[in-house]
Parts: sequence; C-alpha cells; structure tokens
Amino acid sequence: MQPKNPSNPGRRKFLIAATSVVGAGAVVGAAVPFLTSISPSAKAEAAGAPSKADISKLRKGEMMVIEWRGKPIYVVRHTDKSLELLNQNIERLSDPDSQQDQQPDYAKNENRSIRPDVVVLEAVCTHLSCAPTFYPQIGVTDFDDDWQGGFFCPCHGSKFDLAGRVYSGVPAPTNMLVPPHYYESDDILVIGQDGAKA
Amino acid sequence: MKKFLLIFAIFFSFPIFSAGAGCGTLLSDDGLQEGVCEHVEIDANNKASLQRGAKLYMNYCFACHSLKYGRYKRVADDLEIPYDIFEKNLMFGEAKIGDLMEISMQEKDSKAWFGAPPPDLTLEVSLHGADWVYSYLKSFYTDEARPLGVNNKVYENVGMPNVLLDLQGEQRSVCKQVPMYAENGGLKQDPLTGEILTQEKCGFLEVVPGTGLLSPEEFDQSMVDLTNFLAYMSDPIKEKREYIGKYVILYLLILLVLSYLLYREFKKDVH
Amino acid sequence: MFQRVLAWFDDRLPITATWERHLSKYPAPIGQNFWYLAGVLLVVVLVIQLISGIWLLMNYEPTAEGAFASIQYIMRDVDGGWIIRYMHTTGASAFFLLIYLHMFRGILYGSYQKPRELLWILGWLTYFILVVEGFTGYVLPWGQMSFWAAQVIFSLVGAIPVVGEDLLTWIRGDYLISGITLNRLFAFHVVVLPLALIAVVAVHILALHEVGSNNPEGIDIKKFKDEDGVPLDSVPFFPYDVLKDLVAIVFFLILFCIVIFFFPDGGGYVIEYVNYEPANNLKTPEHIVPAWYYTPFYAMLRAITFSIGPFTAKFLGLVVFGAAIVILALYPWLDKSPVKSIRYKGIYSKIGLAVFVISFFVLGYLGSVTSSPLRTLLAQIFTFTYFAYFLLMPFYTKYEKCKPVPDRIIIK
Repeated sequence: MQPKNPSNPGRRKFLIAATSVVGAGAVVGAAVPFLTSISPSAKAEAAGAPSKADISKLRKGEMMVIEWRGKPIYVVRHTDKSLELLNQNIERLSDPDSQQDQQPDYAKNENRSIRPDVVVLEAVCTHLSCAPTFYPQIGVTDFDDDWQGGFFCPCHGSKFDLAGRVYSGVPAPTNMLVPPHYYESDDILVIGQDGAKA
Repeated sequence: MKKFLLIFAIFFSFPIFSAGAGCGTLLSDDGLQEGVCEHVEIDANNKASLQRGAKLYMNYCFACHSLKYGRYKRVADDLEIPYDIFEKNLMFGEAKIGDLMEISMQEKDSKAWFGAPPPDLTLEVSLHGADWVYSYLKSFYTDEARPLGVNNKVYENVGMPNVLLDLQGEQRSVCKQVPMYAENGGLKQDPLTGEILTQEKCGFLEVVPGTGLLSPEEFDQSMVDLTNFLAYMSDPIKEKREYIGKYVILYLLILLVLSYLLYREFKKDVH
Repeated sequence: MFQRVLAWFDDRLPITATWERHLSKYPAPIGQNFWYLAGVLLVVVLVIQLISGIWLLMNYEPTAEGAFASIQYIMRDVDGGWIIRYMHTTGASAFFLLIYLHMFRGILYGSYQKPRELLWILGWLTYFILVVEGFTGYVLPWGQMSFWAAQVIFSLVGAIPVVGEDLLTWIRGDYLISGITLNRLFAFHVVVLPLALIAVVAVHILALHEVGSNNPEGIDIKKFKDEDGVPLDSVPFFPYDVLKDLVAIVFFLILFCIVIFFFPDGGGYVIEYVNYEPANNLKTPEHIVPAWYYTPFYAMLRAITFSIGPFTAKFLGLVVFGAAIVILALYPWLDKSPVKSIRYKGIYSKIGLAVFVISFFVLGYLGSVTSSPLRTLLAQIFTFTYFAYFLLMPFYTKYEKCKPVPDRIIIK
C-alpha cells in the first residue's frame, strides 16, 4: 500500500514537535537516577568524616601521614632553622603569598598554617595527583642544587617548599591544598572540619 | 481490545503472596481464628510515631539486634530529628552519625548466649510483613517450661527473652469461656433457656493488671510505633518513591496522549 | 551538505540501505493486532536490563560475604540506586511476561511455519538463554531464596546417571553452593549470557526482516505486490508501525513504572519476600518456590515421583523438565497443518491449544504452591496433557479440516 499525503501538515508538524519534546524530557528524566547514582554514596560521605590525630609525639623536622577521605595528609613540624628559612627564598616560588584559593582563610598567612610551627597539607600534587615526597634536608639534592627543604613529586618533578608552595618552572600550577582543619586541644588535630563549626 | 483486557486480567489475577507466613498459634480475641496475624496500619508519614518507635528500638532492641544496612544519618534525616538530639539520645558508644547501625555484640558470643545470634532487623518487615512483627511483639507470655521462662504465640519456642516485660507487664496464656457457634455461623443457644452456650478454650493472652509500666492501650500504641519504625527501616524510600511515582506516571500519561494522537495522525495516510 | 556527508558514508558503510531495508521500506503487514507489540517491547526491556545491569554492576559485590549487603547498599546508600535496582528486578519479570506473550503470538498465528522455522528456533534460543540468565541473576542477591534455588537447580545436575555427582561438584566448583559458585554465576550473568542474548536477538531480527513479518490471518503478503514490488497488504514500517510501537512502549512504561514506584515487590512475584533474609546454608526456608516464570516447569519436575527401570524419579524429573522446554523448539516440525493461523485451523487444533494453555497455567499455579498428594496428581495429569498436545500435534493437524485462507488481508 502506498501512503497518501498528509491532509493537515501543520497539525502533523505540531504533534511531531510536541511528542519529541515530551519524549526527550522522559529520556532526560530516566537518565537522572543513573547520573546521580554515580555521585558519592552515603558510604563515601561517611568515609569523608573528619579524622583526628594526636601530634604530641611529632618531633621537630618530622612528618606524619594521616588518612582523610582516603587521601594522605602530611603534618610537618618545622625546625627552628626551617621556620627561619621559610620566607627567605620566595623569589623561586610562583605564588608565595598564597593568592590562589588553595587554603582556608585561616591558613592564608606567611606559613600557610594555623600554628606557625605545624603545617598541614593534602599530599596531592596539583599537577596530576601523585603524592609528593618529603625532603627535609637542606643543600644539594638529586633534583635541586640549592634545596631549602620541602616536597618533591617523583612523578613529574614538581617542587614545593615546606609550606606546600609551588616553585616556578615546574609542571604543577598551584600550591598544595591545605585541608580544612582545627585544633581540638593543644595536641589533637582534627582534619576535615573548620574550627568555627565544631 | 476486549481480548487484550482479558489477557491482562488473567495475568494479574494470580494469587498474591502475603509477606511471611501465618502467626503460629495466636488466637483472635473471639477465639474463632488461630494463627491469623493482628493487622497494624503502617504510616510512613507519621513522623511522631516513627520517632517514638526509633526511641523504643534503640533502647529496648538495639543492644542485640543491629540495623546494619541503615545509617544513623539517614534515620535522623528521614525522621526529622536534629543531629545533636539524635546523637545524644539515640546513639551509643563510639558510633558516628554517618555510620551503619551496627552493634558491638559479637556473633559468636551471642550464639553462645542465645543459641542463635539475634538476627539483624533492618529487613524484618519486608521479610515477615508488618502484621507479623506487630503480633509477635505483643505475644510473649510466661511459660515456665522454657529456659528463659517466656514463650511466644507467634514464634513458638522463641529463644529470645521478653525485653518488653517491664512495659507490658506479665502476660499469661489463659483459658476462657467463649460462646459456641452453630454451623450457620450464629451463636448456639440453649433451646430451653435461650442462654448462649459457651465452651472453654485455652491460649488467650492476658496481662496481669498492674504489672506493667504502660496501660494496655499505651503498650499497643508503642508497638504500633515500633512496628512503624521497623517498616520504615525495611523500606526507607517508600514515601519518596510513591511521591515521585505519581509525577512520573502523570508525565507518561501526557506522553501517551501525544504519541497516540501522532499515531492517529499518521494512520490517516494509509487508510 | 548533509547529502554529501551521507553519500560519503554510504560509499563506505550501507547507512541508507540499512535504513531502508529495516525501517523506511520494510513492509509491515496491515492488520497486525496487539499481540504483535510484544516484540518491540522485548527490545525495550532488553535495553532497560542492559543499562540498569551495567549500573548495578558499579556497586554490586560478587562475594558470599558482601553480595547481600551490597544490594542493600545500592538500595539505601547510592543515590537513585533503588530505582535502578527496581528497574532490573521488574525488568526481569517483564522480560518473561513479554516473551511468553510473544511466543504465544507465534503459536497462535503459526509464525513458526515455513519459511520462519529458523526465526522460531532463534527466538526459542533467546528464551532459553533468558531462562539461564534469569536463574543466574536470581542467585546474585545471595538471599535465602537465591541460595536454595541454586542448591536445587544445581542438584538437578547430580541426577544424571553415573557422572552426575562428579559433574555437579565440577560445575559448582565446591562441595556445596558457595561464594565460588556465586562468582561463576556472576561471570555468566553479566558477560557471557548478555553477549549471547544480544547476538541471538540481532540475528533473530535479521532473520525476521529476511522472511518478513507474519500476520493474524497467516496470509503471505508477498503474493500480491504493486508495480514497485511493494506488497499490497503492507505499510512502511517507518513511520507507521514505529508510531504504533511508540504508543505501546509508552503504555508499557506506565505499567512498568506503576510496579517500580508503587508495588516494587509485585506481591512477592517480582521480589520474593524470603529473599530479604541473607543466605543461610544451615536453614532451608519453609516455602521454597521458584520465580513465577519457572513455575510450570518446576511443577513438571516435581510431578515425576516414580522411577522407571534403572532411571530414578530424580533423573526422570530432570528429563521431563528439559524436554518440556526443548519441545517448544519443535513446533515447526510438529505442526503439519496447511494453514498458519489458528483462525483457519480446525477444531482439534483449537482444542489442543486450549489444553496447552490450561495445562501451562495450572502447572504454573501448582509450581508456586507447596505440594500435596492431590496437587502432585494434578501436576502429573497436566504434565501428561502438556506433552500430549505436542506429541499428538502431527496427527491432528494433518487430518483435521481447515477453513480456506483468503488471498488478501481484509480489515473490517
């Protein structure tokens, strides 16, 4: 059988358009649960709860690693020397004043920390997310002739100082992130929550 | 079209299983039915009832029965309980608000104490049905023959102590005179005096007055709340699911009308 | 511009030719009734199952320790996870419901007769794969029903004489149903069988478009064509049949969503209540019944309570169970009738079909309830009538008197 031509093309056009739009809406609606299901589940959110650590045993010049949201968090206690050196070589850093939003407001200071002697950093290189290695020594190293102490990323050679500020001329674009944190008491550090909301 | 409807009717006229089995040897109040669960109305929208049920559960059941597929936070959110109040009153020990509602009792310990580990109750209402759970909670009675001194009409020889004893009071299985019924369903009467004939029947549950903290009505309401809470735990999404469902179906009905009109519009070409 | 791009592709890939062959110029017979909608709905359900299945896979954990909890994790902790899971559970039942309707349509209108024998075999193969797919999927939640269903079905293999027990241990991979068994069923359910299903369905559709669709009259529309070679009693599949299908799809989706959003357990048919309890190898549930779509065959399995010679009842049960499914594939050769559609067949075919339908439903009911001596007897009787319908078919279809089939489809 050969089809006849439509008697009312306007009506037909309208119906095609209306059905297509409403049908497309149905497809979008059906896609919603599939898209939302990919976002973090209640389990993942629960795993993102704050972590606590006792830093009383952390000696000067040492670093400890705390897990928060499955990420390593570096906590470093400065030596007197490293504190002194910290802001003397800022010409090699690309963002020495922490202008970019890589830290909570309470850590936007010279030392990028709440307590001047303790620095808390997310150990995730801002280049491609490797964990930078802690190199506290000062002097000549394999990767730098005038190393002031800091972090070196083994993946692609990015360099950060002890406050997590990135050197210029390396692949990483920004300073290392300072996670939200506060001190519950002198030695109890809480990571994952701002002090204001306790 | 008629045939089409007929086929649909056939497919949907299959017997519907009821969740769970019967209620053991539970007698109805008039003594006529045995093993029929007492019906309970579940209302997922009644937040006050759910909150009371949650409180009862956490205080009376949670020591032994985990709700390990659910999370505290979800319960607090769904039951509209603020976190600080929830943490203070409904959570114990080291638990954090985002945690699963697990219990600290070890399975091997509980197996040694009770013979079998107390089951997780997250899905209890899905498994047995709300009526069964409600009837079960109300059917503990004193039975000296049992190691723990209690038995249950719904779940014969249950290995669980009656934790609700102080609320309900002591319940006993007693005998009563009940009217006799004739074949036609009417009451049997003495043909001479017109008095209703009775017979003794045993297995009725009766609370010893004054032994419980709650009156029978209050206790019933508490068990409704508790069952309601367990029904919520089994199917926490129910309220939201049905809410979304209405709009989904409404939307699809619009699409049905449009696509039908479009189909008819094109059908004209070939008729 | 579009024309040129299309031409470029057409020289390298038959896009236009495929479009015309399968859609815009595929002749759909006129007078097809609602029975003909099950096919397209099956494709829709297949897509739903594939997509929801992939998404479930993202959160499901195929271990004996974690499977049950991971289902509850999907239902509770994953945003929208409950919709996806209910789609999959409801889709499983819908799949079987529709494939039974689709097969019954074929039986009703003789869609398996020459030249559609291979088409029927491919369809049967789809059904067979689906039976296995359904079973493997049913085990994955690792609830009580999952575990004991696996126990029962695997034990069937043990009924094979001589090698049975060794074969059983081999395919089970353990001395009892365990996480090891679960893992292999998982591999089959999510990789092997879906791939096979997609391939067979694709070939089924190709074969259909080669021989052409049947119609309720069982008339060959290719006998009368116009000057362009288009069958007179047909319309182009696109857009005319596609739009009809669209209405059916939306209608189906409404029913589907009613189940998902309001009756996700489907009264215990879609999700069995007993499966809300985690698998426990020390305790068999009081009532163990298979999913509704297997109950007719399950009833036949249970109906065999006697042994014959060296063959035990258990083995004969397995044979009957298998034969009941396999015999469906033999329709094209059992039916010797000169006409296709039941509308023009004789009285014996109609009685036979009625016997078949009644047997199937009664067996389906018997398979879903606990057995008793009376029910076993009934199951035996209806198992007999089920097979009698098939085995007598070559005779009654050959000798009965059929009505003459018209040349053209007449729409009243």
